[in-house]
Amino acid sequence: MALKMVKGSIDRMFDKNLQDLVRGIRNHKEDEAKYISQCIDEIKQELRQDSLAVKANAVCKLTYLQMLGYDISWAAFNIIEVMSASKFTFKRVGYLAASQCFHEGTDVIMLTTNQIRKDLSSPSQYDTGVALTGLSCFVTPDLARDLANDIMTLMSHTKPYIRKKAVLIMYKVFLKYPESLRPAFPRLKEKLEDPDPGVQSAAVNVICELARRNPKNYLSLAPLFFKLMTSSTNNWVLIKIIKLFGALTPLEPRLGKKLIEPLTNLIHSTSAMSLLYECVNTVIAVLISLSSGMPNHSASIQLCVQKLRILIEDSDQNLKYLGLLAMSKILRTHPKSVQAHKDLVLQCLDDKDESIRLRALDLLYGMVSKKNLMEIVKQLLQHVDKAEGTAYRDELLTKIIAICSQGNYQHVTNFQWYISILVELTRLEGTRHGHLIAAQMLDVAIRVKAIRAFAVAQMAALLDSAPLLASGARRNGICEVLYAAAWICGEFSEHLQEPQQTLAAMLRPRVSALPGHIQAVYVQNALKLYTAVLQRQEQAAPDPQDAPPDADADADAADAPGAAQEAAQLLLERLPQFVQSADLEVQERASCVLQLVRQAQKLQARGVPVAAELSALFAGELNPVAPKAQKKVPVPEGLDLDAWINEPPSDSEAEDERPRAMFQEDEPRHARPKAQEADDEELARRREARRQEQANNPFYIKSCPSPQKLYQDAPGVDHIPVVCIDLSVPLRVPGLPASEQYVKLEEERRHRQRAEKGGRKHRKKDKAGRGGRRGGSLPDSDEDIAPAQRVDIVTEEMPERHRPVAPPKSPKKEAAAPKERKSKKPKKEKGRGRDRDRDRKAQALDLWLCSTPPAEPAESTALGTPSLDTEVPTAPQQPSEPCPDEGDREPEAHKKPHKRKKQRQEKERSGRDKKSRKKRAEDGPPLGTGALEEAEEEPLPPMSSYALLAENDFVRMTYEVRGSLQGGSQVTVSLVLENLSSHVLKSLELGVLDSLNARLARPPGASAHDGVPVPFQLPPGVSNEAQFVFSIQSVLTAQKLKGTLSFIAKNDEGSTHEKLDFKLAFTCSSYLVTTPCYSDAFAKLLESGDLTGSCVKVDGITMTFRNVLAKICFHHRFSVVERVGSCASMYSRSIQGHHVCLLVKQAEQSVSVDVKCADATLLGSLLDELRATLSAC
Amino acid sequence: MILAILVFNNHGKPRLVRFYQHFPEEIQQQIVRETFHLVLKRDDNICNFLESGSLIGGSDYKLIYRHYATLYFVFCVDSSESELGILDLIQVFVETLDKCFENVCELDLIFHMDKVHFILQEVVMGGMVLETNMNEIVAQMEAQNRLEKSEGGLSAAPARAVSAVKNINLPEIPRNINIGDLNIKVPNLSQFV
Repeated sequence: MALKMVKGSIDRMFDKNLQDLVRGIRNHKEDEAKYISQCIDEIKQELRQDSLAVKANAVCKLTYLQMLGYDISWAAFNIIEVMSASKFTFKRVGYLAASQCFHEGTDVIMLTTNQIRKDLSSPSQYDTGVALTGLSCFVTPDLARDLANDIMTLMSHTKPYIRKKAVLIMYKVFLKYPESLRPAFPRLKEKLEDPDPGVQSAAVNVICELARRNPKNYLSLAPLFFKLMTSSTNNWVLIKIIKLFGALTPLEPRLGKKLIEPLTNLIHSTSAMSLLYECVNTVIAVLISLSSGMPNHSASIQLCVQKLRILIEDSDQNLKYLGLLAMSKILRTHPKSVQAHKDLVLQCLDDKDESIRLRALDLLYGMVSKKNLMEIVKQLLQHVDKAEGTAYRDELLTKIIAICSQGNYQHVTNFQWYISILVELTRLEGTRHGHLIAAQMLDVAIRVKAIRAFAVAQMAALLDSAPLLASGARRNGICEVLYAAAWICGEFSEHLQEPQQTLAAMLRPRVSALPGHIQAVYVQNALKLYTAVLQRQEQAAPDPQDAPPDADADADAADAPGAAQEAAQLLLERLPQFVQSADLEVQERASCVLQLVRQAQKLQARGVPVAAELSALFAGELNPVAPKAQKKVPVPEGLDLDAWINEPPSDSEAEDERPRAMFQEDEPRHARPKAQEADDEELARRREARRQEQANNPFYIKSCPSPQKLYQDAPGVDHIPVVCIDLSVPLRVPGLPASEQYVKLEEERRHRQRAEKGGRKHRKKDKAGRGGRRGGSLPDSDEDIAPAQRVDIVTEEMPERHRPVAPPKSPKKEAAAPKERKSKKPKKEKGRGRDRDRDRKAQALDLWLCSTPPAEPAESTALGTPSLDTEVPTAPQQPSEPCPDEGDREPEAHKKPHKRKKQRQEKERSGRDKKSRKKRAEDGPPLGTGALEEAEEEPLPPMSSYALLAENDFVRMTYEVRGSLQGGSQVTVSLVLENLSSHVLKSLELGVLDSLNARLARPPGASAHDGVPVPFQLPPGVSNEAQFVFSIQSVLTAQKLKGTLSFIAKNDEGSTHEKLDFKLAFTCSSYLVTTPCYSDAFAKLLESGDLTGSCVKVDGITMTFRNVLAKICFHHRFSVVERVGSCASMYSRSIQGHHVCLLVKQAEQSVSVDVKCADATLLGSLLDELRATLSAC
Repeated sequence: MILAILVFNNHGKPRLVRFYQHFPEEIQQQIVRETFHLVLKRDDNICNFLESGSLIGGSDYKLIYRHYATLYFVFCVDSSESELGILDLIQVFVETLDKCFENVCELDLIFHMDKVHFILQEVVMGGMVLETNMNEIVAQMEAQNRLEKSEGGLSAAPARAVSAVKNINLPEIPRNINIGDLNIKVPNLSQFV
């Protein structure tokens, strides 16, 4: 190629000019960086040459490299050299390079002062021009101060070319050296009337920039500008001036009045769209600043809107965009004039340009009224269906919600319609705004009482529908709506037609895949539903023959008498999976609910009515609280809110030592909200001021419409003829099945209302029939469209003598936080025997159930001390505490204080257990299944599930394997490593040879042969625990894995690499997870016939039956289902869901165990293990 | 005020980078890259304004751009500038380039970055619009070129080498872009980029 030929000459040094450099770079695509660094080396050599021509050439090339992102500040001095060349050609190159790379931080810049001054006074206008241009880019305060006079002189230069540059650069000088403004200003003002249009334009430019920073100071120039505006024909100048007036009018309304006429003339006469647009903009700014007064306003507004319509209808997207932008400014003050162009705005929603669509959406927000809301939302929904790209769809969704909910739903007349819209929105794929929809559902259901029955039905349907549970929904957060759905169904369960069905839907196994906070609401509301079922049944039960004529009973007619029992059964069956949840909230609530239901079931079995008590848990009406309600609370007598609660910290030390007698308990609670309130008011005031300022500032482009206030005082729209919807147009649009029927219904309703009005009937029967009106302090609408339902409270305007909110006895207050509120009561009623450690939780619970109340004093000493291991209760080891920490029971495992979190947690837990046990003792019979209550004296020997894995001179490894239902087919191996040596052990790494059946979970990216690092080091004598997760293919047989622990043992003499081999045994029992089960479920399981059975009998057992059971529970992770005398049934479940049932019987000196299991292989393995355990007894 | 003027081609290669506020070189490159990605996503038939947001300068700033054949001309301006005015200014700038280079194409910008800068300096100075009259700009440029020629130029004959390159086997697929009443012929340079 010919380029190659040129390349020959490229390599000749000193000859390479800019073009050669560019060509060279283009020829070295693969190694561009290398080539350029080579070139930079050449440039450095060139810069060392004496010839200015060579230097200028080099600097020119550097300027190019700067554009490519290379730092050239190292050549700053050379650039100055080139700037000082006498030849214009070189000088220009030098100044260009300087303007590209010099800035205030460039230190050599101070060397340029004299050179620039020389150039400014050069006889050649181009030398001067180049210097001015360059200086405009890198002027510093020093340069500005030193050169201000020279530049000022240039403003009166004979050549307009120099004059305009000098005028323009003055702005930069003012910025850097403000003192120069005063002396220079008169001359600058003169230049506004310079004969040369270029100079004039530059002067206007500078003054506009100055006025933007501080408009007040330039008001005095308004007459001059006014003259310019009416005389100038230069559109650039006109645009600048008109923009300047836009900034000035808010300061001087009279100016605005004067401006309107010439601006309207310009609008009529100009053909330049840019000028037209700026005129319209300024007229809008003027009209905003005039607020009211001039009667002929509407003409100007009409003109603006009309011109904007032309812009919007133009095919040029730019004009369309700007038209919409300006339209949204008009909307804020004159919404009606814009509303007339709704069709146009809706059309823009179809535009292919997203920025235009977004602008149109902004406009729509301000355009809705009661009359057109349904129609607009319907159209938006159609767009939602059509929209490509989730971003825009999400935007549409938020807009729909914003439009409907604005001003306390002031435009929503039919909330059934709105709920259906919300339900429809949940069908959107991939939206991120699940929480937004959920919040709306909650808000509407709580505040609009009349809608609850309908909302509950819809929510029940939502809960029933499968798609929201799909994994995609979970990922995107649309499943958030289930939170609202579950809560609404539970809270307003009296409206629910078939609570059982909803209950079943809420307890489906797939629910456990939802996020924790949603599961928690599910669990809590399952209890509410259960209560509702129970209540209905009990209401119906006393006299089924003549059922009371209320609606609930009707629904009950279908309920079999056993409905409550069935519901309870369902709960007892399904809740355990929530008890197993990794989410603490879910776990806690599930435990509470489980116990409550058990208790209720038991009471019910005895024929005690419990519904009333259960429903007392959720009694009380939800009352939304107005934002300013706190203000209505009277200040208690004698409370001085302005007084210090605590004395402000004083300097004198004597005061600090005073006793804290001044501390009064009650005051802070009252005082704080008040202080907050004052702050809020202050903030609100500032916010208002700021908004005002922005509203009046035409340069504030971002429109943040908050128009409802403005709309409220807008005159009525009664005179607007309501257009009947032409029913020949199909109202049913595919994809809008539910909501759009309301549009039709609404039309009919309005017709009816109008008819009534016409007949001068002022009855309000319709409303009375439809829902409560009380509390609705909405401004009375002047439209003749009465809402079908009313939003319940909400404005600041509460009656002055409103009863103080927040009475302590009202349990339901915070509508926004239903879950905190509810969780307290059940907790009190139930023993708080729950466990934070999810893997061990159920086991602890079961063992606790099957054991005697423990010897408290011994434990409390252990608990009283800050570290767990100072004293180990050696004497009666409570079986109820099998796992506070097994590691602790190891003879040597507790020499050093452990500071690990887990142990702290366990300490807390055991503390809690203790409390609950105490409480139980006080409260009488415990609330558990109560199968094993009798106190037995015989102590159980200490048990540990930690087995020795391997040991050498350095380290001892003990381990325990636990399965987890949460993680699928996974088991967690807890490995306790204890340093037996005086070395520091570090870089511990666990290598395990994976088998086909079991695999160590390794960090992503690691290969199957890599070890997994242990996340700690071990100083001498310290032990610590690490956990490793293994995924298991089959749990049917026991197996062993070979592994090696490698580590570095280091002491003062040096360090050695050490290894310790071990064999990790996974017994079948370690795949079992303690799962509570209830006798009826257990019976069902046995009846199902899916299980194969086998039996083992071991003789010579001297241990008490209780201890035998405890051992089986502990080592094999079973839970006792029922115990009758010397016979007990037990249950467990494998991590892959195999059920295992045991029937343990004790005869004289022997124990026989019947095992039933879903899988024969597993059964066999388990039998062997059980036999081994029992033989050891 | 104009904060920055960027010219890059369809592949994001910078052809002219002019900031009127100091940014370190790497930030400059980043801005060019991000601007390119913003602009590239947009069809030719949608509006030419972009609220640049956090990119440079904050919410008061807008990107206003025009796309001519292989080149994007992007101006980053604050709210004191009229959007449509800047669009016209870009037009003026491109037309001036066209006059000065006689049928400007991307190659002219590549090989004569310095000249493009000199032309721009006659249109915008220190971030403010200096001159919008094309004839005036061209006249000043010609006067300066004459001055340069009388001094013998920066190096002997840069124009020769370029004209050689121009006449080689460039694929002559001219595209007519209608800018106002002017037609600029811009060859497709994709194989060069």
